Amino acid sequence: MATELKMPALSPTMEEGTLAKWLVKEGDDVKSGDILAEIETDKATMEFEAVDEGKIAKILVPEGTDGVKVGQPIALLAADGETVSDTPAPPPAPETAPAPEPKDADEVDVPASQQAEGLPTPHVFDTAARDLVADVANTVDEPEVPEGTPLVSTTVREALRDAMAEEMRQDERVFVMGEEVAQYQGAYKVTQGLLDEFGPRRVIDTPITEYGFAGLGSGAAMGGLKPIVEFMTFNFAMQAIDHIINSAAKTNYMSGGQMRCPIVFRGPNGAAARVGAQHSQNYGPWYASVPGLIVIAPYSAADAKGLLKAAIRSEDPVVFLENELLYGQHFDVPQMDDYVLPIGKARIVRPGKDVTIVSYSIGVGVALEAAQELMGQGINAEVIDLRTLRPLDKATVLGSLKRTNRLVVVEEGWPTCSISSEIMAICMEEGFDDLDAPVMRVTDVDVPLPYAANLEKLALIKASDVVAAAKAVCYR
Amino acid sequence: MLLIRRFEERAGQLYGLGLIGGFCHLYIGQEAVAVGLQSAMTVGKDSVITGYRDHGHMLAYGIDPKVIMAELTGRAAGISKGKGGSMHMFSVEHGFYGGHGIVGAQVSLGTGLALKHQYSGDGGVCLTYFGDGAVNQGQVYESFNMAQLWDLPVIYAIENNKYAMGTSIERSSSEPLLYKRGESFRIPGIQVDGMDVLAVRGAAEVALEWTRSGKGPIIIEFLTYRYRGHSMSDPAKYRTREEVQDYREHHDPIDRAAKELETMGVTEEELKAIDKEIKDIVVEAAKFSEEAPEPEVSELHTDVLVETY
Repeated sequence: MATELKMPALSPTMEEGTLAKWLVKEGDDVKSGDILAEIETDKATMEFEAVDEGKIAKILVPEGTDGVKVGQPIALLAADGETVSDTPAPPPAPETAPAPEPKDADEVDVPASQQAEGLPTPHVFDTAARDLVADVANTVDEPEVPEGTPLVSTTVREALRDAMAEEMRQDERVFVMGEEVAQYQGAYKVTQGLLDEFGPRRVIDTPITEYGFAGLGSGAAMGGLKPIVEFMTFNFAMQAIDHIINSAAKTNYMSGGQMRCPIVFRGPNGAAARVGAQHSQNYGPWYASVPGLIVIAPYSAADAKGLLKAAIRSEDPVVFLENELLYGQHFDVPQMDDYVLPIGKARIVRPGKDVTIVSYSIGVGVALEAAQELMGQGINAEVIDLRTLRPLDKATVLGSLKRTNRLVVVEEGWPTCSISSEIMAICMEEGFDDLDAPVMRVTDVDVPLPYAANLEKLALIKASDVVAAAKAVCYR
Repeated sequence: MLLIRRFEERAGQLYGLGLIGGFCHLYIGQEAVAVGLQSAMTVGKDSVITGYRDHGHMLAYGIDPKVIMAELTGRAAGISKGKGGSMHMFSVEHGFYGGHGIVGAQVSLGTGLALKHQYSGDGGVCLTYFGDGAVNQGQVYESFNMAQLWDLPVIYAIENNKYAMGTSIERSSSEPLLYKRGESFRIPGIQVDGMDVLAVRGAAEVALEWTRSGKGPIIIEFLTYRYRGHSMSDPAKYRTREEVQDYREHHDPIDRAAKELETMGVTEEELKAIDKEIKDIVVEAAKFSEEAPEPEVSELHTDVLVETY
């Protein structure tokens, strides 16, 4: 009996891929470790290796086939001693179904014809992180532009790249530095194409030495350049936090305004998919507590672009917190020569009247999803995206509170000493008379992020918790 | 070595099946380093610490493949109760101190473990592994200085697999001869073929004698190679397929060991029997890791602190 080789999931987000090339042909003997095929995932071309030995009995999916679903049989492997003719006819290839919603991918039922012999069927691994990515199509999140401006569907990843490229074109002082930013095209492909356009003088691969290159970047900024320092993730910026806080943030003040440090520290922040406790932290509250820093944490692609351009132009040090789970999400971005947004301005991304939900970064999608659910239950929620965490746009938050009299904060991060804590304090200090209910917060659970899928699910924020909190403050 | 190889291949497969999540860094190709070194260590007396490419080091120390695989699938039976994952596995019982996700962190921690051995006079040595990427982190040199200054019993084992993720050693290091990195601290260094398990074992014995006799730290650079990408999501386009193939065909540590065994009189049948036995162990570990239950929900809140306040 032959074993079905199935389309593997070769990246945390892969649901289907292209079978780019077969490196074996029918009748070939293979042993474990042999490379069978090249498969293009949503991010890269990967090699698919054999685990067991045997003979390639039949290739079911020819090379060059697009949209091969994870779990679909792609070849039959005959065991040792078995001849090709012993193998049964291949099962019919499943019809190409529309791609499932990312959040449901782990629940897709697999038809019996695809059930593995001896091997479980591949599926995208289970992670609650995927549930954090709201259905963008349902979000009301129009960029602020003059009427008639054409909008182009763009991923957050592309928007960030475009922002850097545009600023590099117009300002020779701007350069990018970090691990794998140049030849590898970015660990998360955010700097894709920049090396080709700007060359190795301005797109610089560093060794793994975060403290060193954060210091080098800060020094270059003090000397008059405008560095963009990419951290592969902000978890690794902990190695460099001394320079971010003690060197970059305090220079202008300590020098009585003589010496500036116009630098952007950027990279993904917050929880990703099942990457464990040391790689899943939201540093928003950490940096937002430091005077002398600007801290930006956008949600949409348009905000990512407009605010990164503003950050690069700023004469102050900026910590720009992105989110890995949002990189691949599409949003409309205005097609304009120079789309720059003001730092320090929150945005009402969904107007409402019954309760205000304040969030930032990936939490905005969760808040918008909750708002949609609440609408069905007769509660019209207003959703505010803070966008900038320092300086915080108190006026927009308090203005909304004045209208709704109820407020919930949503934060993908720990509750203690958080942005949520800060918003709650502001509401108490400056909006007390407008409050008809205590402010509530929905945050991650106050534990290091666990690896196990079921515990991870419990630890992260969910739209249903936001719905419950909003109803509670509405006394419903 | 074969156990590590087969275990890692199976782990790669389970990742492709969606049973393992997040990051998963495989040790395929580098097996001779962990096996050669750790076969010379004394479990329970010495200590071992490494980075996130840690599955092989645990297997080399005789830790049950089942609980390692169950950690990879995030199950309660995993060595960290499913709460750590691939990069964060520990076995204090074996003197295996992890499993660390931040590049270079284990170098200072390992130096601290060596301080413990010296302080308590237990005669132990800490084997501290790190890679050609970590050698450029500042804390490595801060640790080197203290280790030599205080004659700490630490073996710094640099696994030079030529690529720090996608950056080759030549593109990241002004001095690519990593065994020389201790020179200005007066730490002796040697370079060893990390694809030859007996050479590694020999180096381990020299290094253990050096450190146990109170002479302080020693650096060994192992020239090795990883066949797979940096992690399961690395397409590894920064090197040629020919280069990988050359290592697989001409430098494979397992093939080399098998040949040595044959010249020593081990028959092909005996080698096949080992192969079969290991395959069964790994299949059983995979089965165990798939069937074992996930952690209890209450585990979310346990182990955050030791005491209650």
